[in-house]
Amino acid sequence: MSSQENPEENLPSVQEKTEHGSVAVADENPFADPGLPPHEHRVQDIDERAAKRSERAVAFLFTLSMLATIGFIASYVAFPVDKSVYIFPIGHISALNFSLGMTLGVALFCIGAGAVHWARTLMSDVEVADERHPIEAEPEVKAKVMADFKAGAAESQFGRRKLIRNTMFGALAMVPLSGVVLLRDLGPLPEDKLRHTLWSKGKLLVNMNTNEPLRPSDIAVGSLTFAKPEGLEEHDHDFQKEIAKAALMIVRIQPDDIKDKQELEWSHEGVVAYSKICTHVGCPISLYEQQTHHVLCPCHQSTFDLSDGARVIFGPAGHALPQLRIAVNEEGYLEALGDFAEPVGPAFWERG
Amino acid sequence: MSTTTTETRKKEAPAGERVADWADGRLGIYSLAKANMRKIFPDHWSFMLGEICLYSFIIIILTGVYLTLFFHPSMNEVEYHGSYIPLQGQLMSEAFNSTMHISFDVRGGLLIRQIHHWAALIFLAAMFVHMMRVFFTGAFRKPREVNWVFGFLLFVLGMFTGFTGYSLPDDLLSGTGVRFMQGAILSVPIVGTYLSMFLFGGEFPGGDFVARFYSVHILLLPGIMLGLVVAHLILVFYHKHTQFAGPGKTNNNVVGMPLLPVYMAKAGGFFFLVFGVIAAVSAIATINPIWALGPYRPDQVSTGAQPDWYMGFSEGLIRVMPGWEINLWGHTLVLGVFVPLIIFPLVLVAIAVYPFIESWVTGDKREHHILDRPRNVPTRTGFGVAWITWYMVLLIGGGNDLWATHFHLSINSITWFVRIAFFVAPVLAFIITKRICLGLQRRDKDKVLHGRESGIIKRLPHGEFIEVHEPLNQEQLHTLTAHEQYAPLEIGPAVDENGVERKVSGSQKLRAKLSKGYYGEDNQIPKPTTEEYKEITSGHGHH
Repeated sequence: MSSQENPEENLPSVQEKTEHGSVAVADENPFADPGLPPHEHRVQDIDERAAKRSERAVAFLFTLSMLATIGFIASYVAFPVDKSVYIFPIGHISALNFSLGMTLGVALFCIGAGAVHWARTLMSDVEVADERHPIEAEPEVKAKVMADFKAGAAESQFGRRKLIRNTMFGALAMVPLSGVVLLRDLGPLPEDKLRHTLWSKGKLLVNMNTNEPLRPSDIAVGSLTFAKPEGLEEHDHDFQKEIAKAALMIVRIQPDDIKDKQELEWSHEGVVAYSKICTHVGCPISLYEQQTHHVLCPCHQSTFDLSDGARVIFGPAGHALPQLRIAVNEEGYLEALGDFAEPVGPAFWERG
Repeated sequence: MSTTTTETRKKEAPAGERVADWADGRLGIYSLAKANMRKIFPDHWSFMLGEICLYSFIIIILTGVYLTLFFHPSMNEVEYHGSYIPLQGQLMSEAFNSTMHISFDVRGGLLIRQIHHWAALIFLAAMFVHMMRVFFTGAFRKPREVNWVFGFLLFVLGMFTGFTGYSLPDDLLSGTGVRFMQGAILSVPIVGTYLSMFLFGGEFPGGDFVARFYSVHILLLPGIMLGLVVAHLILVFYHKHTQFAGPGKTNNNVVGMPLLPVYMAKAGGFFFLVFGVIAAVSAIATINPIWALGPYRPDQVSTGAQPDWYMGFSEGLIRVMPGWEINLWGHTLVLGVFVPLIIFPLVLVAIAVYPFIESWVTGDKREHHILDRPRNVPTRTGFGVAWITWYMVLLIGGGNDLWATHFHLSINSITWFVRIAFFVAPVLAFIITKRICLGLQRRDKDKVLHGRESGIIKRLPHGEFIEVHEPLNQEQLHTLTAHEQYAPLEIGPAVDENGVERKVSGSQKLRAKLSKGYYGEDNQIPKPTTEEYKEITSGHGHH
């Protein structure tokens, strides 16, 4: 495996070295390095008027930069932050953002353009060669380092006093544990948090938009309604966390069109309620195809058939959307008959 | 007495020199300057790519510091009362609220935010292209392997710094990205739920991740990156820059112009060019308009959600992977998400380890400072193009919905295309690239031996038409034949001279096989020899 076994003859032969600048005799080797070509003068090197023109161009660019900076400060003072302006072909944009950006851009660009033009036309463009030296140390240097290291190691008695060595390794290995332990309070243990949502028996299904409890008659065929459990308000401290699990989508399907037996049992007069959270990586599903009752997650295009137990018909999701068992209470409102039977959202190891 | 000393000193040296003397006595700047002030740098357009990385990194730091003056990394819910009317009264996190404040109420705040974001995109793109330059020209070979790894780490850390950065405003789009990440973490066997709870301080989204991402984004990752950038640059100086073959350029020298003044001006000026262009782009092209997206809600999403481009390939992985789930003994193995999570780093590692594989195959222990032309190393070039193809296929997968809507294609067929292309496209790209490289090598050989086509058609006395070929000059001949060619590694006979079976390890066999794939008969065109050249040029002249 070691590359030492590699015979040297497989490596390409080292190029014959021609000294820099020397011209190899063409008769001997037409491919030999002819050395650095002679320097070719630029117009600025021989014509002082051209050089003057370059000088003026560079100075012009630097001056333009100064003017642009003044323009930047003027824009900052002059344009109110909410003023919009029509710029062709972009359209209506913030006047302040546009003017600040353009003046800053010009101020910076002109410094750069001036410096580069200066370097290209006026500074010497004679190519010169620098020698390289091997990165590897000379054998004597290496021998000295090895000897020094051996001396130092021997003086420490590191190799001889094994008890010191082993306990030191033990101490150094253990001390970072304190740091790991300190990370424990970054968050709570998962326990069964991912298994439960706010839904429970008797909780009303509340329309996400109107904040009113839903009746079956509110759910029209072909519409997609989003709902949350009663009692969960936007201002609640843990609203984001709870809605991330409890978000519900409700559709109405002709009971005859429902293919899955359990789905039919868990529905109410064709009104079915499913978790809105995709079982792939947890995006909220928001696209509904009325004719086929397919819903699609816009993030990764997992597609579920709501008329067939919300099974996956396309895309990277691994299992069907959990269904919420619903019924109608005495006042005629839709209510949950319990929590979801399985965890909502992305799958995880303990899901089972 | 003291006055006389001062007077003589004044006569001796001007103020600048005295400051330099002072500093030298304490910092040793003269020795430093002796080695570096007139350091020679070779010239080639592709050497600027690394500079774009460095400059955009500096721009990101400058603008980032400004943004921290106004940004509140907090997820406390507040009601919006800023100057953007459509969101008035909306509930949002303080992070989103302060980003709105930066965008609409701080004068120039929007510009700095957009420069920050544009520079980040350009930083990653420039690192990608710079890395490809280094790859295809073999600049990663000894002694620069370590610097290659530093650069690779910068690219990977840049990706995560970008991700944590664009997640900070807590807007609907970035929140969706964070949710994606959380879903992916949940898929990790055994510890997934624990990792998620610890990262988010409880259940997603919780109230902690913006503050946590903030310290990772502005301190931890940029701190490491700054250290790596400095190390990267020190090594560039220490190794001296590589150069392409050409007259006067050898493996033992570096030909170019000195740092002072030419590269001070060119490189220094280029910083301003890059900054100027990014500022102008930020003036006219909106990026990440969080006001149009709105604050994050875990139950809302917009269509066409896309990460920043450098995360797109991971998006592709997760979109095209079939949703496999294995349920056994009360546990779930979420292969549909976990497999992409594993392939994600492997895609990156595949290119990172390549230099070490190549040096193992060649067994070459020498330093290399002359760059390869990609055509002269067909197998490496083929591998590089295959890798880029792989990456691009995944990018297409990451935007499958956009491809579908923009080109009126079926999203199902795009997904299936990506699934198949993930395996097939790199192989095809490898084969095609290698053929092209070999063709270009033949063309070079032709040019060396028969000269350049002059475009002049000559009619000979007996009526035959020929095209006049102009012989190349020695500089061109040298440049085209300066590259080295390895001979394939031979394992040798199966038995030694005494008829005893030799032990050949499996890795030796693999190495010989790879070596043949790299340098075997059909895998590189032998470069023209002087004998061939002389025979053709002296014997029958041009034909």
